[in-house]
Amino acid sequence: MALITTPNIVDPDDFYAELIALHQGRAKEESDAINARLVLLLANHIGDRRTLREAFEAAILQERTEP
Amino acid sequence: MGKIFETPLYPYRRSPDQDRPAPARHAAIVVGAGPVGLAAAIDCALNDIPVVVLDENDKVSFGSRAICFAKRPLEILDRLGCGAPVVDKGVQWRHGKVFFRDRQVYEFDLLPERGHKRPAFINLQQYWFEHYLVERLKALAAEGKPIEIRGGNRVVSVRPGGDHVALDVVTPDGPYAIEAEWLIACDGALSPIRAMLGLDFVGRVFEDNFLIADVVMEADFPTERWFWFDPPFNPGQSALLHRQPDNLWRIDLQLGWNVDKEQEKSPERVIPRLKAMLGEEVDFELEWVSIYTFQCRRMEKFRHGRVLFAGDAAHQVSPFGARGANSGLQDADNLVWKLKLVRDRIAPESLLDSYDAERVAGADENLLNSSRATDFITPKSEVSRLFRDAALDLAARHTFARPLVNSGRLSVPCTYDGSPLNGPDADALPRRTRPGSPAPDAPLGSGWLLDRLGGRFQLLAIGAPAPDSLDVYGVPVETLRLDPNDDPSGALRERFLGGAPAALYLLRPDQHVAARWTAYDEGAVRAALLKTIGRT
Ligand SMILES: Cc1cc2nc3c(=O)[nH]c(=O)nc-3n(C[C@H](O)[C@H](O)[C@H](O)COP(=O)(O)OP(=O)(O)OC[C@H]3O[C@@H](n4cnc5c(N)ncnc54)[C@H](O)[C@@H]3O)c2cc1C
Repeated sequence: MALITTPNIVDPDDFYAELIALHQGRAKEESDAINARLVLLLANHIGDRRTLREAFEAAILQERTEP
Repeated sequence: MGKIFETPLYPYRRSPDQDRPAPARHAAIVVGAGPVGLAAAIDCALNDIPVVVLDENDKVSFGSRAICFAKRPLEILDRLGCGAPVVDKGVQWRHGKVFFRDRQVYEFDLLPERGHKRPAFINLQQYWFEHYLVERLKALAAEGKPIEIRGGNRVVSVRPGGDHVALDVVTPDGPYAIEAEWLIACDGALSPIRAMLGLDFVGRVFEDNFLIADVVMEADFPTERWFWFDPPFNPGQSALLHRQPDNLWRIDLQLGWNVDKEQEKSPERVIPRLKAMLGEEVDFELEWVSIYTFQCRRMEKFRHGRVLFAGDAAHQVSPFGARGANSGLQDADNLVWKLKLVRDRIAPESLLDSYDAERVAGADENLLNSSRATDFITPKSEVSRLFRDAALDLAARHTFARPLVNSGRLSVPCTYDGSPLNGPDADALPRRTRPGSPAPDAPLGSGWLLDRLGGRFQLLAIGAPAPDSLDVYGVPVETLRLDPNDDPSGALRERFLGGAPAALYLLRPDQHVAARWTAYDEGAVRAALLKTIGRT
């Protein structure tokens, strides 16, 4: 499945607030650990290696070569 | 009684070669009587290639070194005639635990696939492994096979000639010269022969030290592989505990880079470390202590004319994953039948280039796996450690993260995909037995499939008619006919037929699949055989 890069989250403001709240009051080290665990959890949920690779590319702000 | 690794097994004896006016020329000389050199020599003898093994030493490996031997090398030993004593002496295991900091994160069961004569792994001290190989070598010599081992023979120079390789050897009685039509260099990671020929050995150095201790203790730890990441008794580092026969336990403690090796090896430092790990109350005795560092590297080519490199001389991997000796045995397995055909002038010399192609691919697979394990165990950056710890923390709660945890992916044999020797494949047949793969074992009504394979070219005909034998330009191909119904467990069907009613497999002397079909066609079998001996 191609990586979805168009809006896909219902109530984006709520999601964003929850994400920030997750890190509220935590030390940088703890936040970093949470983020790493989050990446692994979400990556496993997606599962598909092609989609994951597209996400890696998108994350480093690389232009997509193919549609 | 002295320890087995302190007893000379093949003490120096003067050879008639040392008194000849001109150097004696041998068909094959193997330098190095480690596991790989011994296996290669035994295979030569079984193929009636006269062979002499030279080793500067006269004993088995000092201390245990390799302890974990995988199924494929055990199957190779079966073919060489010494699988049984090795497996009988070894400890079988399949369970393990992984710990992170002060707690267990998960336990595993390797759940080895059923229907194989040999277990997925055994643990056995390398010195025992070599001991049984030396015994086999001596038994073959006693039967009159052309094989000889010379201890106290150090090779000091190597000069490749057109049709031979000339060697200078130093012995307690002084030097002598000797020649080989083919030289198999199994002289270990520091390979003096590689250095003498000025050949490269490039790769990655891992800046780390590991303390390895084999201790004798009467402990009631289960027969499991225990691996710790960042344990309280070795903070920031890793640790491993694994059982060997004779109440011997392997302990491997990561130390880091900046340590005083001599000091760390002293009992005053080692014993408190071990007590912190095993508990104050556990009584143990140190059998062997060593500190090792490692590199992951290989030679660019394993064949240099008439010099063939095998084992650690050709490639070196980290011990995590038990791929050193295990892969070296597969080198020997791959090489000797080719040498036999070339020596008998049935195959062109270029067949030996396929040794290079196939085993370089095997080495690359092992290097990749062992480098990855090492990078997980010792993260090379802050972010790499962050993800490593994240995987371990998640593994305690969620099964999905367990396959990410890498404390060594244990050795599995390489499939020679893309080998120049591979012939046609048949899509209807199972992927695991595609050309290039080692034939998997299967129980038959009487005995095991692999016990009936190897040492010659064979056509495995399962439920398909085929002639009893074929002669392809002097190469005999023997048919092994199997009834698809003589398959008590269903493994034969699952591994070799899939949904197809019948199949034919052309098998190489090393039990690897060369080509396969769903119906017999003599022309196709002949063409595939020529391809697999490098004649097309
Ligand atoms: C701590 C540790 C743990 C390991 N664990 C495992 C494991 O669990 N499983 C696994 O598969 N592998 C393991 N290995 C790797 C394994 O020990 C090696 O891969 C294996 O010994 C290589 O065998 P070899 O025959 O190529 O070389 P070696 O065993 O090194 O033998 C080389 C031989 O060449 C001889 N020699 C050298 N120079 C000369 C000369 N000039 N003239 C004559 N003779 C010479 C030496 O005397 C020696 O006998 C481990 C290694 C270490 C260090």
